[in-house]
Amino acid sequence: MNTRTGPDTGEVDFGRRVLVLRHRRIAVRLDWRSVVVCAVLALAAAGMAVLALMTGSYQLSPGQAISALTGGETGLVHDIVVEWRLPRVAAALVFGAALGVSGALFQSTLRNPLADPGIIGFTQGSYTGALIVILVVNGSYWQLVGGALLGGMATAVVVYVLAYRRGVQGFRLIVVGIGLAAVLDSLNTWLILEADLKVAMAAAAWGTGALNGVSWNQVLIGGACIAVLLLLAAMLSRPMRQLELGDEAAASQGVRVSTVRLGLIVVGVALTATVTAASGPIAFISLVSPHIARRLARTAGTTLAPAAFVGALLALAADYIAQHVAPTPLPVGIITVMLGGGYLGWLLFIEARRRL
Amino acid sequence: MRLPGPRRRRLACLVVALVVLLALLMASMMIGSTAIAPSVVWDALFHPTADIDHFAIRDYRMPRTIVGLVVGMALGVAGALIQALTRNPLADPGILGVQAGASFAVTVAVGVLGVRDISGYLWFALAGALIVTLMVLTLGSTRRGSSPVVMVLAGVCVGAVLGGVREVLQATNPDAFDAMRSWNAGSIVGRSLDLVWPILPFFAVALVLAFAVSGPLNAMALGDDLAVTQGVRVTRTRVLAIIALTLFVGGATAIAGPIGFVGLMVPHVARWIAGQHQRWIFAYSLLLAPILLLASDILGRIVMRPSEIPVGIVTAFVGAPVLIAMVLRKKASGL
Repeated sequence: MNTRTGPDTGEVDFGRRVLVLRHRRIAVRLDWRSVVVCAVLALAAAGMAVLALMTGSYQLSPGQAISALTGGETGLVHDIVVEWRLPRVAAALVFGAALGVSGALFQSTLRNPLADPGIIGFTQGSYTGALIVILVVNGSYWQLVGGALLGGMATAVVVYVLAYRRGVQGFRLIVVGIGLAAVLDSLNTWLILEADLKVAMAAAAWGTGALNGVSWNQVLIGGACIAVLLLLAAMLSRPMRQLELGDEAAASQGVRVSTVRLGLIVVGVALTATVTAASGPIAFISLVSPHIARRLARTAGTTLAPAAFVGALLALAADYIAQHVAPTPLPVGIITVMLGGGYLGWLLFIEARRRL
Repeated sequence: MRLPGPRRRRLACLVVALVVLLALLMASMMIGSTAIAPSVVWDALFHPTADIDHFAIRDYRMPRTIVGLVVGMALGVAGALIQALTRNPLADPGILGVQAGASFAVTVAVGVLGVRDISGYLWFALAGALIVTLMVLTLGSTRRGSSPVVMVLAGVCVGAVLGGVREVLQATNPDAFDAMRSWNAGSIVGRSLDLVWPILPFFAVALVLAFAVSGPLNAMALGDDLAVTQGVRVTRTRVLAIIALTLFVGGATAIAGPIGFVGLMVPHVARWIAGQHQRWIFAYSLLLAPILLLASDILGRIVMRPSEIPVGIVTAFVGAPVLIAMVLRKKASGL
């Protein structure tokens, strides 16, 4: 969105230093600044993780937390760290990364910095699918995942089809998405209204996006799905960058435009839906992460890896705030709504004012 | 034979709308868990006895119908006002987050301060509506005037944040959660008329203000600069319009909870019938909005019998497709 070089700033772009990794016939070119940014973010996330593992009603020292991770502790400390706190930390990291990448995919595909699966209804669709499974079928975890995926995908298809008119244009898609999100929101409200109070409160708490009560099982299943999807996203990232130059330019470089775009949207929705199924909708991380990543890495287009690291760090930090800083433990989605909404407001105030 | 002129057509349509509204008022009294004959409705209203049907009408259906009428009128004119004020065809007190502001403030009043009666939280609803209106107007204005889509996004964003915080308050307070659950969906069931009387003076003031600024708003439709050359005091008009808007939305939300899309759809139909004159748009909105609201409410009673769908949910199901259709229309595709 904003590059530091170019005609506006009067600077000359000499290109950027790249790191080339070669192994036999495979070569990977990595942007130096992105690599450094990712490393720093990873360090920050690790520090945050240790802090999260230490903090709680039973306070531990950093040494205890780390040695529990490496297998040096037994008994209570081991149980607290590995069985209780680690799943939640791992979930925040994995799900946050997934949301960050999902947001980057949407923003790149729709060529709109404000595109977010929560604003354009995909999250609400996943929530509707999951709610129907909880309230109507009373299903298992796998059915929940299936419902969320199905709901998210169906919403994406409807939004895409409705907004399609000789190509999908960003703003039209966003307003169509807002309309559909409103319908789904009220459908969700109604489903909760019809349910009995206990189930409704549980469903509503889940609906705010919570990481308490995540088990290893969920983290591993969700993590496996997310790993596969992230791999697909990485494979699509090169044609994605070419698409950012415009459909014609990309097509002239041999990119199959509509296939790639469809693939990007499917991967993006699947990432959102997987997280929604496991933790409920965690808002705004997918919107904010790519922005922060782009600012840190100072890239012109979208970069997936920094967005993933920012997402992971943000989710973990938000969950820490929700658990330990707030006066009563809250669902993490509340914190991300407040932080992310504030950021979006600021973004509208600064950026949209300048650009639109 | 003379062809009807625009003025005559406007008046004729107004009469038709009035008749439809009266018919819907009657239907709203008749239709419910048991159907009640029109003659019984008449007797219940004017010659009441201890009959069980009379009781049902006097204590349940009549208040519900009047609440629907009043809330509908308020939301319709509010929608027309906010669309004129922002020159934004997509503006709606629901989409722009104004209702979210009012309902957030009410949730604070109920959940944190323990306020339980409506006259207590009316003031919260008004304050919430006013603050969010000002926020969204500020956020939505770009250097080249206000942009419809930026304003919608600003409203969605403010609404999302307030909705999130509201959910926290509810999640940590099961009592308030249960009390607010049906209110949050937007409903006119079980509101006694005692809730309506204290709000009527506010609506009356708002209505007078709305018609008072209708002329200047007409002039401002062509842009602020042109309006100034015609002697319109732009800032004063804006302030008065915002006050009217706040009174309408705050009052309606305090009674019925957030009911979206009524304020979006009705002014469009009004403009389609009446042209660009704000005074006529307000007059039509005043009649068409309760028609939409009461029809949605009746629909919500019939579709899922014996259970009911709150009216706010019905209007979302009817209204969102209208929003989508508007965006897809050729004219609006520049958005």
